[in-house]
Amino acid sequence: MRKIVSILLLVIVALGISLSLAKIPFGVPKTKVGRHYINEGVKETGAANIVTSVVVSYRGFDTLGEVTVLFIASIGLGAVLSTIVGKTVRKIEPASLVLSTGCRLLFPLILIFGTYVFIHGHLTPGGGFQGGAIIASGFLLIYLGCRERRISQKASKLTESLGGLSFVIIGLLGLVFGSHFLSNFLPNGTANTLFSAGIIPVIYIAIGIKVGSELAGIIDNLIEES
Amino acid sequence: MIFVVSLLVFLMLVGAVAASIFRDLISVVIAAALVSLIASILFYLLQAPDVAMAEAAIGAALTAAIFIIAIRRTKRYEE
Repeated sequence: MRKIVSILLLVIVALGISLSLAKIPFGVPKTKVGRHYINEGVKETGAANIVTSVVVSYRGFDTLGEVTVLFIASIGLGAVLSTIVGKTVRKIEPASLVLSTGCRLLFPLILIFGTYVFIHGHLTPGGGFQGGAIIASGFLLIYLGCRERRISQKASKLTESLGGLSFVIIGLLGLVFGSHFLSNFLPNGTANTLFSAGIIPVIYIAIGIKVGSELAGIIDNLIEES
Repeated sequence: MIFVVSLLVFLMLVGAVAASIFRDLISVVIAAALVSLIASILFYLLQAPDVAMAEAAIGAALTAAIFIIAIRRTKRYEE
């Protein structure tokens, strides 16, 4: 009985979604603001990657909220896990030579790739969140491969706070030198070069450092407890 | 092109159904990671590489790892 009801509900929800989406043409720019971003985005913000210009420049305040949500989630996870009493220190078997050497060889390359992704966020696909996630997956590799290695909690918290603080400070500087919070007070430069797009690369570097250390801290918290 | 996309969507559906049927939770996590990975390929084919990178790094790698760590702490098989 329960199964029949749930299947019926599923069919109703699927019908509703497909009927409401069927009328929207696929891949056609519909809204005026979307067309504005596509046509004027490169000229107004100097970022060759339009997605980045929307995420960091036009909707920069939303991105600050997003980063805050991630920060609160990481803090909450740490708070929940720190209340567990009776921690048992797990005996760690050392990984084999091939595995640990491979991890040590790959880890700096992954770090460099993640850094490349968030430094070039305004030129190529990717950005702070993607680069930070890549860096965190590098730390995950280290935790799985070289099991005795640990990042220092203090350093991870410090870099995380530094990234978040620099984001807010850049926003406040926009208030001082520009017209509004997170306004672009640096010169736009020529598009498609590394030093262009004003504050966008600076903010994306801050976000990349913050997200990377945050996700690495989450993984560290979880592995420490299990 | 349409053949490749249909194959990917079919695989994605298989992964999603498998994730809801399996009793072994490790297999469930692998099936869910497969869904994420194919979603990221589809994002790339739909010319949204930014979303594809985030989905591949977070959906396929980090989420699966966090779930596996949680499963190691709890029970592996669903009753």
